[in-house]
Amino acid sequence: MAKYYQPEIETASREQIKAWQDERLVKQVQHVWDNVPYYRKKMEEKGLTPADIQGTADLHKLPFLTKDDLREAYPYGLLGTPLNDCVRIHSTSGTTGKRVVAFYTQHDVDLWEDCCARAIMAVGGDKEDVCHVAYGYGLFTGGAGLHGGSHKVGCMTLPMSSGSTDRQLQFMTDLGSTILCCTPSYAAYLSESIHERGLRDQIKLKAGIFGAEAWSQKMREDIEKGLGIKAYDIYGLTEISGPGVSFECEAQTGMHINEDHFIAEIIDPETEEVLPIGSKGELVFTCITKEAFPLLRYRTRDICILSDEPCPCGRTHIKMSKPMGRSDDMLIVKGVNVFPSQIETVLLEQGYPANYQIIVDRVNHSDTLEVMVEMTPENFSDSLAKVTSMEKNLVDALKAMLGIYAKVRLVAPKTIARSEGKAVRIIDKRKI
Amino acid sequence: MVHQISVFLENRAGQLAEITGILADNNIDLRAISIAETSDYGILRMIVDDAEKTTNILLQGGYILSMTPVLVIAVPDQPGGLVPVLSTLAEGSIDIEYMYSLFLHTDGKAYMVFRVPEEEKFVALLATHGITPCTAEELGLG
Repeated sequence: MAKYYQPEIETASREQIKAWQDERLVKQVQHVWDNVPYYRKKMEEKGLTPADIQGTADLHKLPFLTKDDLREAYPYGLLGTPLNDCVRIHSTSGTTGKRVVAFYTQHDVDLWEDCCARAIMAVGGDKEDVCHVAYGYGLFTGGAGLHGGSHKVGCMTLPMSSGSTDRQLQFMTDLGSTILCCTPSYAAYLSESIHERGLRDQIKLKAGIFGAEAWSQKMREDIEKGLGIKAYDIYGLTEISGPGVSFECEAQTGMHINEDHFIAEIIDPETEEVLPIGSKGELVFTCITKEAFPLLRYRTRDICILSDEPCPCGRTHIKMSKPMGRSDDMLIVKGVNVFPSQIETVLLEQGYPANYQIIVDRVNHSDTLEVMVEMTPENFSDSLAKVTSMEKNLVDALKAMLGIYAKVRLVAPKTIARSEGKAVRIIDKRKI
Repeated sequence: MVHQISVFLENRAGQLAEITGILADNNIDLRAISIAETSDYGILRMIVDDAEKTTNILLQGGYILSMTPVLVIAVPDQPGGLVPVLSTLAEGSIDIEYMYSLFLHTDGKAYMVFRVPEEEKFVALLATHGITPCTAEELGLG
Protein backbone atom coordinates (compact mmCIF):
# COMPACT_ATOMS: atom_id res chain seq x y z
CA MET A 1 0.00 0.00 0.00
CA ALA A 2 1.59 3.18 -1.20
CA LYS A 3 1.76 5.99 1.27
CA TYR A 4 1.26 9.60 0.35
CA TYR A 5 1.84 12.77 2.31
CA GLN A 6 -0.97 14.63 0.55
CA PRO A 7 -2.98 11.89 -1.18
CA GLU A 8 -5.69 14.21 -2.50
CA ILE A 9 -3.02 16.21 -4.33
CA GLU A 10 -0.56 13.47 -5.26
CA THR A 11 -3.22 11.22 -6.78
CA ALA A 12 -5.52 13.95 -8.14
CA SER A 13 -6.99 13.47 -11.58
CA ARG A 14 -5.14 14.97 -14.54
CA GLU A 15 -8.10 17.28 -15.06
CA GLN A 16 -7.85 18.51 -11.48
CA ILE A 17 -4.09 19.09 -11.80
CA LYS A 18 -4.63 21.04 -15.01
CA ALA A 19 -7.37 23.09 -13.35
CA TRP A 20 -5.01 23.96 -10.47
CA GLN A 21 -2.28 24.89 -12.89
CA ASP A 22 -4.55 27.05 -15.04
CA GLU A 23 -5.92 28.93 -12.08
CA ARG A 24 -2.62 29.32 -10.24
CA LEU A 25 -0.69 30.38 -13.33
CA VAL A 26 -3.13 33.21 -14.06
CA LYS A 27 -2.91 34.35 -10.45
CA GLN A 28 0.88 34.06 -10.39
CA VAL A 29 1.35 36.06 -13.60
CA GLN A 30 -0.73 38.85 -12.09
CA HIS A 31 1.34 38.66 -8.88
CA VAL A 32 4.58 38.91 -10.84
CA TRP A 33 3.25 41.69 -13.07
CA ASP A 34 2.25 43.69 -10.01
CA ASN A 35 5.37 43.06 -7.93
CA VAL A 36 8.38 42.24 -10.11
CA PRO A 37 9.16 45.17 -12.43
CA TYR A 38 12.09 43.23 -13.90
CA TYR A 39 9.79 40.56 -15.31
CA ARG A 40 6.98 42.98 -16.11
CA LYS A 41 9.42 44.81 -18.41
CA LYS A 42 10.23 41.52 -20.14
CA MET A 43 6.51 40.90 -20.66
CA GLU A 44 6.00 44.42 -21.96
CA GLU A 45 8.83 43.96 -24.43
CA LYS A 46 6.86 41.05 -25.85
CA GLY A 47 3.69 43.10 -25.88
CA LEU A 48 2.11 40.97 -23.15
CA THR A 49 -0.17 41.88 -20.28
CA PRO A 50 -1.58 39.48 -17.68
CA ALA A 51 -4.80 39.38 -19.72
CA ASP A 52 -2.92 37.43 -22.41
CA ILE A 53 -2.36 34.53 -20.02
CA GLN A 54 -5.66 32.76 -19.51
CA GLY A 55 -4.21 29.38 -18.55
CA THR A 56 -1.44 26.88 -19.19
CA ALA A 57 -2.20 26.92 -22.93
CA ASP A 58 -0.79 30.48 -22.96
CA LEU A 59 2.33 29.64 -20.94
CA HIS A 60 4.49 29.45 -24.07
CA LYS A 61 3.90 33.17 -24.69
CA LEU A 62 5.76 34.21 -21.54
CA PRO A 63 9.43 35.24 -21.68
CA PHE A 64 12.11 32.95 -20.25
CA LEU A 65 14.32 33.63 -17.27
CA THR A 66 17.92 32.40 -17.14
CA LYS A 67 20.76 32.40 -14.67
CA ASP A 68 21.96 35.60 -16.39
CA ASP A 69 18.71 37.28 -15.36
CA LEU A 70 19.28 36.18 -11.78
CA ARG A 71 22.72 37.73 -11.90
CA GLU A 72 21.48 40.94 -13.44
CA ALA A 73 18.64 41.24 -10.96
CA TYR A 74 20.85 40.35 -7.98
CA PRO A 75 19.99 40.59 -5.17
CA TYR A 76 16.43 41.94 -4.98
CA GLY A 77 15.38 42.39 -8.61
CA LEU A 78 13.17 39.29 -8.79
CA LEU A 79 11.68 39.60 -5.34
CA GLY A 80 7.91 39.22 -5.41
CA THR A 81 7.10 40.34 -1.87
CA PRO A 82 8.32 43.03 0.50
CA LEU A 83 11.59 41.96 2.05
CA ASN A 84 10.09 42.00 5.53
CA ASP A 85 7.69 39.24 4.48
CA CYS A 86 10.66 36.97 3.73
CA VAL A 87 11.95 34.66 6.43
CA ARG A 88 14.85 32.84 4.74
CA ILE A 89 17.38 32.86 1.94
CA HIS A 90 19.29 30.06 0.30
CA SER A 91 22.03 30.48 -2.19
CA THR A 92 23.94 28.75 -4.92
CA SER A 93 26.87 29.79 -7.08
CA GLY A 94 26.30 31.88 -10.19
CA THR A 95 28.07 31.84 -13.52
CA THR A 96 30.71 34.44 -12.85
CA GLY A 97 31.03 34.36 -9.16
CA LYS A 98 28.01 36.36 -8.19
CA ARG A 99 25.91 34.00 -6.16
CA VAL A 100 22.24 33.33 -6.80
CA VAL A 101 20.16 34.25 -3.78
CA ALA A 102 16.62 32.90 -3.50
CA PHE A 103 14.14 34.29 -0.99
CA TYR A 104 11.38 32.45 0.88
CA THR A 105 8.31 33.60 2.77
CA GLN A 106 7.00 31.27 5.47
CA HIS A 107 4.42 30.10 2.90
CA ASP A 108 7.24 29.28 0.45
CA VAL A 109 9.18 27.35 3.09
CA ASP A 110 6.01 25.43 3.94
CA LEU A 111 5.24 24.37 0.40
CA TRP A 112 8.86 23.40 -0.19
CA GLU A 113 8.88 21.30 2.97
CA ASP A 114 5.60 19.71 1.83
CA CYS A 115 7.34 18.67 -1.38
CA CYS A 116 10.19 17.10 0.62
CA ALA A 117 7.69 15.40 2.92
CA ARG A 118 6.06 13.83 -0.15
CA ALA A 119 9.50 12.56 -1.20
CA ILE A 120 10.13 11.02 2.22
CA MET A 121 6.74 9.30 2.36
CA ALA A 122 7.25 8.07 -1.22
CA VAL A 123 10.23 6.02 -0.02
CA GLY A 124 8.15 4.54 2.79
CA GLY A 125 8.87 7.10 5.51
CA ASP A 126 6.48 7.77 8.38
CA LYS A 127 6.59 8.97 11.97
CA GLU A 128 8.25 5.75 13.12
CA ASP A 129 11.33 6.57 11.04
CA VAL A 130 14.67 8.07 12.02
CA CYS A 131 15.61 10.39 9.19
CA HIS A 132 19.36 10.96 8.96
CA VAL A 133 19.96 14.18 7.03
CA ALA A 134 23.59 14.27 5.89
CA TYR A 135 23.17 16.91 3.22
CA GLY A 136 25.04 20.11 4.00
CA TYR A 137 23.15 22.57 6.21
CA GLY A 138 23.52 26.27 5.55
CA LEU A 139 23.10 28.25 2.37
CA PHE A 140 22.78 24.98 0.44
CA THR A 141 19.15 23.88 0.16
CA GLY A 142 19.84 20.15 0.64
CA GLY A 143 19.97 20.06 4.43
CA ALA A 144 17.17 22.53 5.12
CA GLY A 145 14.76 20.99 2.60
CA LEU A 146 14.92 17.38 3.77
CA HIS A 147 15.13 18.51 7.38
CA GLY A 148 11.85 20.41 7.03
CA GLY A 149 10.24 17.56 5.11
CA SER A 150 11.27 15.10 7.79
CA HIS A 151 9.65 17.28 10.47
CA LYS A 152 6.43 17.44 8.49
CA VAL A 153 6.31 13.67 8.16
CA GLY A 154 6.99 13.41 11.88
CA CYS A 155 10.19 11.42 11.60
CA MET A 156 12.83 11.65 14.29
CA THR A 157 15.18 14.03 12.45
CA LEU A 158 18.95 13.79 12.81
CA PRO A 159 20.39 17.10 11.52
CA MET A 160 23.82 15.63 10.83
CA SER A 161 24.93 17.90 7.96
CA SER A 162 27.79 16.57 5.83
CA GLY A 163 31.23 15.36 6.89
CA SER A 164 32.53 13.88 10.17
CA THR A 165 32.05 10.32 9.02
CA ASP A 166 32.84 8.87 12.46
CA ARG A 167 30.03 10.85 14.00
CA GLN A 168 27.66 9.97 11.16
CA LEU A 169 28.29 6.27 11.71
CA GLN A 170 28.05 6.51 15.47
CA PHE A 171 24.61 8.16 15.33
CA MET A 172 23.49 5.91 12.51
CA THR A 173 24.20 2.81 14.60
CA ASP A 174 23.38 4.16 18.10
CA LEU A 175 20.15 5.93 17.10
CA GLY A 176 19.07 3.48 14.45
CA SER A 177 18.75 5.74 11.40
CA THR A 178 16.28 4.25 8.92
CA ILE A 179 16.27 6.82 6.11
CA LEU A 180 19.47 8.40 4.85
CA CYS A 181 19.41 11.70 2.94
CA CYS A 182 22.66 12.86 1.31
CA THR A 183 24.47 13.08 -2.01
CA PRO A 184 24.88 9.71 -3.75
CA SER A 185 28.67 9.99 -3.57
CA TYR A 186 28.54 10.50 0.18
CA ALA A 187 26.16 7.54 0.49
CA ALA A 188 28.67 5.40 -1.41
CA TYR A 189 31.45 6.63 0.84
CA LEU A 190 29.43 5.91 4.00
CA SER A 191 28.66 2.46 2.63
CA GLU A 192 32.35 1.72 2.18
CA SER A 193 33.18 3.06 5.64
CA ILE A 194 30.46 0.87 7.17
CA HIS A 195 31.93 -2.21 5.52
CA GLU A 196 35.50 -1.33 6.48
CA ARG A 197 34.47 -1.02 10.11
CA GLY A 198 32.33 -4.13 10.08
CA LEU A 199 29.20 -2.20 11.05
CA ARG A 200 26.95 -3.67 8.36
CA ASP A 201 24.94 -5.69 10.93
CA GLN A 202 24.44 -2.68 13.18
CA ILE A 203 22.70 -0.35 10.74
CA LYS A 204 18.94 -0.26 10.33
CA LEU A 205 18.68 1.79 7.14
CA LYS A 206 15.88 0.84 4.78
CA ALA A 207 15.88 3.67 2.25
CA GLY A 208 17.94 6.57 1.00
CA ILE A 209 17.04 9.81 -0.76
CA PHE A 210 20.00 10.89 -2.81
CA GLY A 211 20.31 13.94 -5.02
CA ALA A 212 22.16 17.15 -5.88
CA GLU A 213 24.49 15.37 -8.27
CA ALA A 214 24.41 12.94 -11.15
CA TRP A 215 24.59 9.23 -10.42
CA SER A 216 24.34 6.16 -12.56
CA GLN A 217 22.20 3.04 -12.35
CA LYS A 218 25.41 1.17 -11.47
CA MET A 219 26.03 3.51 -8.55
CA ARG A 220 22.43 2.99 -7.42
CA GLU A 221 22.96 -0.76 -7.44
CA ASP A 222 26.25 -0.43 -5.52
CA ILE A 223 24.64 1.73 -2.83
CA GLU A 224 21.55 -0.50 -2.57
CA LYS A 225 23.68 -3.59 -2.22
CA GLY A 226 26.25 -1.98 0.09
CA LEU A 227 23.71 -0.55 2.52
CA GLY A 228 20.94 -3.10 2.02
CA ILE A 229 18.45 -0.35 1.15
CA LYS A 230 16.41 1.04 -1.72
CA ALA A 231 18.04 4.15 -3.14
CA TYR A 232 15.80 6.91 -4.50
CA ASP A 233 16.58 9.96 -6.56
CA ILE A 234 15.42 13.48 -5.78
CA TYR A 235 15.72 16.61 -7.91
CA GLY A 236 15.59 20.29 -7.27
CA LEU A 237 17.33 23.59 -7.64
CA THR A 238 17.64 26.57 -5.37
CA GLU A 239 16.10 28.94 -7.92
CA ILE A 240 12.88 26.91 -7.93
CA SER A 241 12.94 26.06 -4.20
CA GLY A 242 15.43 23.25 -3.52
CA PRO A 243 15.24 19.47 -3.39
CA GLY A 244 11.76 18.04 -3.84
CA VAL A 245 10.82 19.80 -7.07
CA SER A 246 10.55 16.20 -8.18
CA PHE A 247 11.16 12.88 -6.42
CA GLU A 248 11.23 9.18 -7.09
CA CYS A 249 8.59 6.73 -5.90
CA GLU A 250 8.82 2.98 -5.31
CA ALA A 251 8.69 2.38 -9.09
CA GLN A 252 12.15 3.99 -9.44
CA THR A 253 11.39 4.93 -13.05
CA GLY A 254 11.68 8.70 -12.96
CA MET A 255 10.85 11.50 -10.59
CA HIS A 256 7.30 12.80 -10.07
CA ILE A 257 7.21 16.57 -10.52
CA ASN A 258 5.13 18.38 -7.91
CA GLU A 259 2.88 19.83 -10.58
CA ASP A 260 0.58 21.60 -8.19
CA HIS A 261 3.52 23.94 -7.48
CA PHE A 262 5.69 23.76 -10.58
CA ILE A 263 4.76 23.58 -14.26
CA ALA A 264 7.38 21.76 -16.30
CA GLU A 265 8.06 22.28 -20.00
CA ILE A 266 10.66 20.78 -22.30
CA ILE A 267 12.12 23.13 -24.89
CA ASP A 268 14.64 22.94 -27.68
CA PRO A 269 17.58 24.83 -26.12
CA GLU A 270 18.51 26.34 -29.50
CA THR A 271 15.14 27.44 -30.89
CA GLU A 272 13.42 27.76 -27.49
CA GLU A 273 10.42 26.03 -29.03
CA VAL A 274 8.27 23.93 -26.67
CA LEU A 275 8.57 20.21 -27.45
CA PRO A 276 5.87 17.56 -27.01
CA ILE A 277 5.96 15.30 -23.94
CA GLY A 278 8.43 12.46 -24.42
CA SER A 279 10.95 14.64 -26.26
CA LYS A 280 14.44 15.13 -25.00
CA GLY A 281 15.22 18.77 -24.31
CA GLU A 282 15.86 21.47 -21.74
CA LEU A 283 13.69 21.49 -18.66
CA VAL A 284 11.90 24.77 -17.89
CA PHE A 285 10.01 25.43 -14.67
CA THR A 286 7.30 27.93 -13.77
CA CYS A 287 6.58 28.38 -10.07
CA ILE A 288 2.85 28.89 -9.63
CA THR A 289 2.55 29.03 -5.86
CA LYS A 290 5.71 30.71 -4.61
CA GLU A 291 5.47 34.26 -3.28
CA ALA A 292 8.95 35.61 -2.62
CA PHE A 293 10.88 34.26 -5.59
CA PRO A 294 8.21 33.56 -8.21
CA LEU A 295 10.26 32.58 -11.25
CA LEU A 296 8.30 32.09 -14.46
CA ARG A 297 9.68 29.91 -17.26
CA TYR A 298 13.09 29.48 -15.65
CA ARG A 299 15.51 27.62 -17.91
CA THR A 300 17.22 25.00 -15.76
CA ARG A 301 19.77 24.03 -18.48
CA ASP A 302 19.18 20.43 -17.45
CA ILE A 303 18.44 18.14 -20.38
CA CYS A 304 15.84 15.46 -19.69
CA ILE A 305 12.65 13.75 -20.85
CA LEU A 306 9.14 14.05 -19.35
CA SER A 307 6.73 11.16 -19.19
CA ASP A 308 2.98 11.06 -18.52
CA GLU A 309 2.76 7.27 -18.48
CA PRO A 310 0.56 6.13 -15.57
CA CYS A 311 2.69 5.12 -12.59
CA PRO A 312 2.00 1.96 -10.55
CA CYS A 313 2.51 3.98 -7.34
CA GLY A 314 -0.79 5.74 -7.97
CA ARG A 315 0.68 9.23 -8.21
CA THR A 316 -0.72 11.11 -11.16
CA HIS A 317 1.91 13.81 -11.47
CA ILE A 318 4.14 13.50 -14.53
CA LYS A 319 7.66 12.17 -14.19
CA MET A 320 11.00 13.47 -15.39
CA SER A 321 14.05 11.39 -16.21
CA LYS A 322 17.35 11.92 -14.47
CA PRO A 323 19.06 14.93 -16.06
CA MET A 324 21.03 13.53 -18.99
CA GLY A 325 23.29 16.52 -19.48
CA ARG A 326 23.38 20.28 -19.59
CA SER A 327 22.62 22.80 -22.28
CA ASP A 328 25.38 25.01 -20.85
CA ASP A 329 28.87 24.22 -19.60
CA MET A 330 27.99 23.98 -15.91
CA LEU A 331 29.57 21.10 -14.04
CA ILE A 332 28.22 19.62 -10.85
CA VAL A 333 31.14 18.62 -8.65
CA LYS A 334 30.46 17.23 -5.18
CA GLY A 335 26.93 18.59 -5.55
CA VAL A 336 28.24 22.10 -6.15
CA ASN A 337 27.61 24.04 -9.36
CA VAL A 338 30.86 24.93 -11.09
CA PHE A 339 31.06 27.12 -14.15
CA PRO A 340 34.26 27.28 -16.21
CA SER A 341 33.74 31.07 -16.38
CA GLN A 342 34.16 31.27 -12.59
CA ILE A 343 37.50 29.50 -12.83
CA GLU A 344 38.52 31.75 -15.70
CA THR A 345 37.69 34.86 -13.66
CA VAL A 346 39.93 33.69 -10.81
CA LEU A 347 42.81 32.77 -13.13
CA LEU A 348 42.79 36.17 -14.79
CA GLU A 349 42.62 37.95 -11.43
CA GLN A 350 45.61 35.98 -10.22
CA GLY A 351 47.65 36.77 -13.32
CA TYR A 352 47.39 33.41 -15.04
CA PRO A 353 46.50 32.97 -18.72
CA ALA A 354 42.90 32.10 -19.61
CA ASN A 355 44.21 28.98 -21.26
CA TYR A 356 43.31 26.24 -18.82
CA GLN A 357 41.76 22.84 -18.51
CA ILE A 358 39.35 21.52 -15.92
CA ILE A 359 39.63 17.84 -15.14
CA VAL A 360 36.82 16.24 -13.21
CA ASP A 361 37.05 12.65 -12.08
CA ARG A 362 35.43 10.38 -9.56
CA VAL A 363 37.76 8.51 -7.28
CA ASN A 364 36.18 6.03 -4.83
CA HIS A 365 32.73 7.48 -5.57
CA SER A 366 33.91 10.98 -4.70
CA ASP A 367 34.36 13.79 -7.22
CA THR A 368 37.73 15.41 -7.74
CA LEU A 369 38.34 18.73 -9.46
CA GLU A 370 41.67 19.71 -10.93
CA VAL A 371 42.52 22.93 -12.71
CA MET A 372 45.48 22.70 -15.04
CA VAL A 373 47.04 26.09 -15.74
CA GLU A 374 50.21 27.21 -17.46
CA MET A 375 53.02 28.84 -15.53
CA THR A 376 53.89 32.37 -16.64
CA PRO A 377 57.19 34.26 -16.47
CA GLU A 378 55.56 36.80 -14.13
CA ASN A 379 54.46 34.15 -11.65
CA PHE A 380 57.73 32.25 -11.80
CA SER A 381 60.66 32.81 -9.49
CA ASP A 382 63.84 31.06 -8.39
CA SER A 383 62.26 30.72 -4.95
CA LEU A 384 60.16 27.63 -4.34
CA ALA A 385 58.52 29.38 -1.39
CA LYS A 386 57.34 32.19 -3.66
CA VAL A 387 56.05 29.86 -6.35
CA THR A 388 54.22 27.60 -3.89
CA SER A 389 52.75 30.65 -2.18
CA MET A 390 51.44 31.93 -5.55
CA GLU A 391 49.97 28.49 -6.08
CA LYS A 392 48.36 28.54 -2.66
CA ASN A 393 46.84 31.95 -3.36
CA LEU A 394 45.30 30.51 -6.50
CA VAL A 395 43.93 27.48 -4.63
CA ASP A 396 42.46 29.77 -1.95
CA ALA A 397 40.91 32.11 -4.53
CA LEU A 398 39.34 29.14 -6.34
CA LYS A 399 37.99 27.81 -3.06
CA ALA A 400 36.50 31.21 -2.24
CA MET A 401 34.88 31.42 -5.68
CA LEU A 402 33.66 27.83 -6.04
CA GLY A 403 33.08 26.81 -2.46
CA ILE A 404 34.96 23.57 -2.97
CA TYR A 405 38.62 22.60 -3.13
CA ALA A 406 40.18 22.43 -6.55
CA LYS A 407 43.65 21.03 -6.99
CA VAL A 408 45.83 23.34 -9.07
CA ARG A 409 48.36 21.79 -11.40
CA LEU A 410 50.91 24.21 -12.81
CA VAL A 411 52.27 23.05 -16.14
CA ALA A 412 54.84 24.30 -18.63
CA PRO A 413 53.75 26.85 -21.24
CA LYS A 414 52.05 25.58 -24.37
CA THR A 415 51.32 22.18 -22.85
CA ILE A 416 47.57 22.78 -22.77
CA ALA A 417 46.25 22.09 -26.23
CA ARG A 418 44.99 25.13 -28.07
CA SER A 419 42.37 23.63 -30.25
CA GLU A 420 41.12 25.27 -33.40
CA GLY A 421 37.95 27.18 -32.65
CA LYS A 422 36.26 26.13 -29.43
CA ALA A 423 38.78 25.21 -26.79
CA VAL A 424 38.42 21.94 -24.92
CA ARG A 425 38.22 23.31 -21.42
CA ILE A 426 36.53 20.46 -19.61
CA ILE A 427 37.60 16.88 -19.35
CA ASP A 428 35.01 14.95 -17.40
CA LYS A 429 36.33 11.47 -16.73
CA ARG A 430 33.43 10.45 -14.50
CA LYS A 431 31.59 7.45 -15.82
CA ILE A 432 28.07 8.34 -14.79
CA MET B 1 78.19 38.43 -8.45
CA VAL B 2 77.24 35.34 -10.40
CA HIS B 3 74.06 34.84 -12.45
CA GLN B 4 71.95 31.82 -11.79
CA ILE B 5 69.29 30.64 -14.23
CA SER B 6 66.13 29.09 -12.76
CA VAL B 7 63.84 27.09 -15.02
CA PHE B 8 60.28 25.84 -14.43
CA LEU B 9 60.02 22.13 -15.11
CA GLU B 10 57.08 19.80 -14.75
CA ASN B 11 57.80 16.89 -12.49
CA ARG B 12 57.68 14.10 -15.04
CA ALA B 13 60.09 11.73 -16.70
CA GLY B 14 62.35 13.12 -19.40
CA GLN B 15 62.12 16.81 -18.50
CA LEU B 16 65.66 17.06 -17.18
CA ALA B 17 67.10 14.97 -20.02
CA GLU B 18 65.44 17.29 -22.52
CA ILE B 19 66.81 20.53 -21.13
CA THR B 20 70.33 19.22 -20.51
CA GLY B 21 70.22 17.84 -24.06
CA ILE B 22 69.53 21.32 -25.39
CA LEU B 23 72.44 22.70 -23.37
CA ALA B 24 74.74 19.97 -24.69
CA ASP B 25 73.67 20.62 -28.30
CA ASN B 26 74.65 24.24 -27.82
CA ASN B 27 77.94 23.39 -26.18
CA ILE B 28 77.01 25.01 -22.88
CA ASP B 29 78.92 23.85 -19.83
CA LEU B 30 76.94 23.26 -16.66
CA ARG B 31 78.90 24.36 -13.60
CA ALA B 32 76.30 23.73 -10.94
CA ILE B 33 72.81 22.31 -10.78
CA SER B 34 70.19 22.02 -8.07
CA ILE B 35 66.51 21.21 -8.03
CA ALA B 36 63.77 22.23 -5.63
CA GLU B 37 60.59 20.31 -6.24
CA THR B 38 56.98 19.73 -5.28
CA SER B 39 55.04 16.66 -6.36
CA ASP B 40 53.91 18.42 -9.55
CA TYR B 41 56.76 20.66 -10.62
CA GLY B 42 60.29 21.68 -9.88
CA ILE B 43 62.61 24.64 -10.12
CA LEU B 44 65.87 23.76 -11.81
CA ARG B 45 68.59 26.16 -10.73
CA MET B 46 71.87 26.19 -12.59
CA ILE B 47 75.09 28.05 -13.13
CA VAL B 48 76.45 27.84 -16.68
CA ASP B 49 79.55 29.12 -18.42
CA ASP B 50 77.51 31.51 -20.61
CA ALA B 51 74.37 32.73 -18.92
CA GLU B 52 73.26 35.12 -21.65
CA LYS B 53 73.54 32.54 -24.44
CA THR B 54 71.76 29.94 -22.30
CA THR B 55 68.93 32.32 -21.49
CA ASN B 56 68.36 33.11 -25.15
CA ILE B 57 68.35 29.47 -26.18
CA LEU B 58 65.96 28.41 -23.42
CA LEU B 59 63.58 31.31 -24.04
CA GLN B 60 63.47 30.32 -27.71
CA GLY B 61 62.72 26.80 -26.59
CA GLY B 62 59.63 28.12 -24.78
CA TYR B 63 60.94 27.57 -21.24
CA ILE B 64 59.90 29.78 -18.37
CA LEU B 65 62.92 31.04 -16.52
CA SER B 66 64.26 33.74 -14.30
CA MET B 67 67.74 35.13 -13.74
CA THR B 68 68.88 35.66 -10.17
CA PRO B 69 72.14 37.05 -8.80
CA VAL B 70 73.70 34.65 -6.31
CA LEU B 71 76.84 34.64 -4.18
CA VAL B 72 79.56 32.06 -4.79
CA ILE B 73 81.94 31.62 -1.91
CA ALA B 74 85.12 29.58 -1.93
CA VAL B 75 85.62 27.47 1.19
CA PRO B 76 88.47 25.13 2.21
CA ASP B 77 87.74 21.66 0.76
CA GLN B 78 88.18 19.91 4.08
CA PRO B 79 86.07 18.87 7.08
CA GLY B 80 84.57 21.94 8.70
CA GLY B 81 85.36 24.13 5.71
CA LEU B 82 81.82 25.48 5.50
CA VAL B 83 81.49 26.29 9.19
CA PRO B 84 82.90 29.86 9.22
CA VAL B 85 80.54 30.97 6.45
CA LEU B 86 77.48 29.41 8.06
CA SER B 87 78.48 30.83 11.45
CA THR B 88 78.61 34.26 9.87
CA LEU B 89 75.06 33.78 8.65
CA ALA B 90 73.97 32.68 12.10
CA GLU B 91 75.80 35.61 13.69
CA GLY B 92 73.86 38.06 11.54
CA SER B 93 70.59 36.09 11.91
CA ILE B 94 70.48 35.88 8.12
CA ASP B 95 68.21 33.22 6.59
CA ILE B 96 69.37 31.02 3.76
CA GLU B 97 66.84 30.73 0.98
CA TYR B 98 68.83 27.93 -0.61
CA MET B 99 72.41 26.79 -1.20
CA TYR B 100 74.19 24.23 -3.32
CA SER B 101 77.69 23.57 -4.61
CA LEU B 102 79.61 24.12 -7.82
CA PHE B 103 81.20 21.11 -9.51
CA LEU B 104 84.49 23.03 -9.48
CA HIS B 105 87.29 22.17 -7.04
CA THR B 106 90.62 24.04 -7.28
CA ASP B 107 93.65 24.44 -5.05
CA GLY B 108 91.98 22.67 -2.16
CA LYS B 109 88.90 24.82 -2.41
CA ALA B 110 85.24 23.98 -2.88
CA TYR B 111 82.68 26.52 -4.08
CA MET B 112 79.28 27.08 -2.55
CA VAL B 113 76.37 28.96 -4.11
CA PHE B 114 74.27 31.01 -1.66
CA ARG B 115 70.96 32.76 -2.08
CA VAL B 116 70.08 34.88 0.95
CA PRO B 117 67.42 37.56 1.32
CA GLU B 118 69.78 40.03 3.00
CA GLU B 119 72.67 39.85 0.61
CA GLU B 120 74.38 43.18 1.33
CA LYS B 121 74.39 42.52 5.04
CA PHE B 122 75.84 39.07 4.41
CA VAL B 123 78.64 40.41 2.18
CA ALA B 124 79.51 43.07 4.73
CA LEU B 125 79.65 40.52 7.53
CA LEU B 126 81.76 38.13 5.45
CA ALA B 127 84.23 41.01 4.83
CA THR B 128 84.74 41.41 8.59
CA HIS B 129 85.90 37.78 8.57
CA GLY B 130 88.16 38.34 5.58
CA ILE B 131 85.94 36.39 3.19
CA THR B 132 85.12 37.81 -0.27
CA PRO B 133 82.62 36.24 -2.68
CA CYS B 134 84.02 35.07 -6.02
CA THR B 135 83.47 37.11 -9.16
CA ALA B 136 82.16 35.58 -12.37
CA GLU B 137 85.55 36.20 -13.99
CA GLU B 138 87.40 34.30 -11.27
CA LEU B 139 85.16 31.33 -11.96
CA GLY B 140 85.49 31.64 -15.72
CA LEU B 141 81.80 32.42 -16.19
CA GLY B 142 80.50 34.71 -18.90
